[in-house]
Amino acid sequence: MKKTYKIDVDCANCANKMEQAAKKTAGVKDATVNFMALKMIVEFEEGQEPKAVMQEVLKNCKIVEDDCEIFF
Amino acid sequence: MNKKQKKVLIRILVSAALMVILTLLPLDGYLRLGLFLIPYLIIGYDILKKALKGIKNKQVFDENFLMAVATVGAILLGEYTEGVAVMLFYQIGEWFQSYAVGKSRRNISDLMDIRPDYANVEREGRLEKVDPDEVEIGTVIVVQPGEKIPIDGVIVEGKATLNTSALTGESLPREANVGDEVISGCINMTGVLKIQTIREFGESTVSKILDLVENSSSKKSRSENFISKFARYYTPAVCYGALALAVLPPLVRLFILQMPAQWGSWIYRSLTFLVISCPCALVISIPLSFFAGIGGASNAGVLVKGSNYLETLSKTKYVVFDKTGTLTKGIFEVSGVHHNKVEEAKILEYAALAESFSNHPISRSLKNAYGRPVDQSRVTDVEEISGNGVIAKVDGETVAAGNDKLMKRLGISFMECHHAGTVVHIAVNGEYAGHILISDEVKEHSKEAIQALKKAGIKQTVMLTGDARKAAVQVAEKIGVDQVYSELLPADKVAKVEELLERKGEKEKLAFVGDGINDAPVLSRADIGVAMGALGSDAAIEAADIVLMDDDPLKMVKAIKIAKKCLRIVYENIYFAIGIKVICLILGAVGIANMWLAIFADVGVMVIAVLNAIRALFVKNL
Repeated sequence: MKKTYKIDVDCANCANKMEQAAKKTAGVKDATVNFMALKMIVEFEEGQEPKAVMQEVLKNCKIVEDDCEIFF
Repeated sequence: MNKKQKKVLIRILVSAALMVILTLLPLDGYLRLGLFLIPYLIIGYDILKKALKGIKNKQVFDENFLMAVATVGAILLGEYTEGVAVMLFYQIGEWFQSYAVGKSRRNISDLMDIRPDYANVEREGRLEKVDPDEVEIGTVIVVQPGEKIPIDGVIVEGKATLNTSALTGESLPREANVGDEVISGCINMTGVLKIQTIREFGESTVSKILDLVENSSSKKSRSENFISKFARYYTPAVCYGALALAVLPPLVRLFILQMPAQWGSWIYRSLTFLVISCPCALVISIPLSFFAGIGGASNAGVLVKGSNYLETLSKTKYVVFDKTGTLTKGIFEVSGVHHNKVEEAKILEYAALAESFSNHPISRSLKNAYGRPVDQSRVTDVEEISGNGVIAKVDGETVAAGNDKLMKRLGISFMECHHAGTVVHIAVNGEYAGHILISDEVKEHSKEAIQALKKAGIKQTVMLTGDARKAAVQVAEKIGVDQVYSELLPADKVAKVEELLERKGEKEKLAFVGDGINDAPVLSRADIGVAMGALGSDAAIEAADIVLMDDDPLKMVKAIKIAKKCLRIVYENIYFAIGIKVICLILGAVGIANMWLAIFADVGVMVIAVLNAIRALFVKNL
C-alpha cells in the first residue's frame, strides 16, 4: 500500500535525510521524499497499520532533522 | 515569506542591532559577557538545542554541532563579537537559503496548480460544484471562462480558446470547437464550454501528470550521493582536525620546542578552521541545483523522474529516434498530386467522393485534403475491390481510384511515383488522370531539432522504423539523421538499441526518444528513455525516464540543454565551494585567516552557491 503525506522541511538536504530515516523505519517498504512538492510517499509492508508506522517514521525523522513535520 | 522565515528575520535583525550597539559600548568583565549572551541566545538558541539533540541521538557531527562548538569556543576565549557574528551570519545564510527555496518553489508551482478542485455539473437547471472524483464517464460538465477543465472530455457545446501552458509549456493558446477532444488541466480563457467526459478523474491527464511529478525524485544522482557520502566522512574529519590543531601544536611547542604554548591563539585558529569547514554550501546547494533544474524543466514541459536522469541526460552522446509519431507526425496526409491531366482540386474532389463510403485512413486523408463537406448523393454505383481500390460513378462519370493493381486490372497505363508513400491513381472514364501521393509528414521542427542536437554536442543521431527502406531513407535524408535502420519489428528495435549500447563508450550515454506506442521495451532498455507527447499514453509514462509533454522534437534539444546547464552548475558549485574552503583552511591553519574570513568562507560561499543553484531554474532561453 502506498500513501502520500504532506511534509514541511526547510532544505533539500534535510529532505534527503528524512527520506533515509523513513526508509530505515520498520514496516516501511520504501519511501520517497519529494522536496519540490513537499510530499512524502511511503510504501508500507503488507499488513502494517499506516498510522502506527507513520508515528515511528516521524520519530526517526525528528532524530536526523529536528526541524521537520509530517502531516498524517 | 512564511511565518517561520519572518520569525527568523526578526531574530536576525534584533540580534544584529544588539551586537552592533554592544560593540560600541565601553563594557568590561562579566557585564560584557552577560550582555553579549543576549543577542547570542536570541539568534542561536535553536542551533544549540539542535546540537544537543544531535549529541543525545548519536548524530553528533552535523552543521549545528560545528556552529555550536565554534561559537561557544569563541565566547570562552573572550571573542564575544566573533561568537555572535558567526551564529548571526550562519542564520542569515540559512534564512537566505530557505527564502530562495520558497521563491523557486512558487516559481515552479504552476505545474502543481493544475489540480482542479471541482467540476460544474448541471442539475435541475442549476450549476452545482462537485468533487471531480465523483463525476462519472459520460457526464456533461460546464467549464466557464477562467476555469480549469477538470476532466478529459469532448466538447458538446460552445467554443473557446484554451491555455495549455501549464501542461505543455507552450504559450500559444489553442482553439477548441464542438467535437474536439480536450484534456484536463487546460484553462478555458474565453467562452462557456459544455464537455462530455470520456474518462474518470483518476484516469484523466491532470491526475496522471500530478502522479508523475509527485512520484519523481525517487532516484538520486551520483553527484548527490557523492555529497551526502562526502558530508558523512568530511564533517567528523574536520572536527578531529580542528581538535588536533587546538591541542598538538601547543603541546609540541611546550614539550619539544620549550616555548610558551599559546593555547589561546591555537584554539582560536582551530575554531576558525571549524567555521570554514562547515559543509553547508555543498550539502545545500547540490540538491538545490537539481531541485531547480527539475523544476525549471517541468515548467518548460519536460518532466524528469529523478535527478539521476538529469545527470545521465547531460552525458548523452547518442540519440535514437523512433520515426513514426516522433520525427514524423504519424498522421497520413496528401503530400502531392502528380502527373495530373486535370486540375489538382478536381482530382482531389473525384478521389474524395469516390472513396467517401470508406473509413480507411487513406480515404480520410483524401477527405481532409478535399477540405469541403462530401455530398454523397453525387456518388453512385460504388464498387470496392478489396486490396485494389474503388470504382464509382461521380456526377455520372466513372472514377477509378486505387493502386497499381487496380490500374493494371482495368488495363489503364499509369505513371510510377518516385516518392515514398502510398499512391492513389485516379482514372476518369477509363483514362489516366494522375495520382495522389499520401505520406506521413515530417514534423515541422524535426530537421531543426537534429541540427540543434549536433550543435549541443550529440555525436550521432539514429532513426529506427518499421517502415520500408525507401520511405525511411527519404525521411532520414530530409531531416539529416546520421543513421537509419528500417523494416524493424518492435523486438528488432530492442536488439538494435542493445547493439548501439554495446558499441558506444562507457561514459557516453544513449537516449531513446519514442512516442510510447509499441516502444515501451526500448524506452526502458536505453540508458535514458524519453517519451514524447505522452499525454494519454500510460505505458509510455510508466516506462520512460523523461516525459516530453508535447510532441515537438525541439523539446528533446531543450531537455538536453537543461540537463547540461544543471550539471554545469552542480560542478561549478562543487569545485567553487571545496576550492575556497581548502584555501581558507590552509590560511586558517597557518594563522593568517581570522574569524571574519572564516564567516565569508562559510556563509558567503553558501549564499553564492545557492544563488548559482537557483540559476538552474531559468531555462526559458536555452
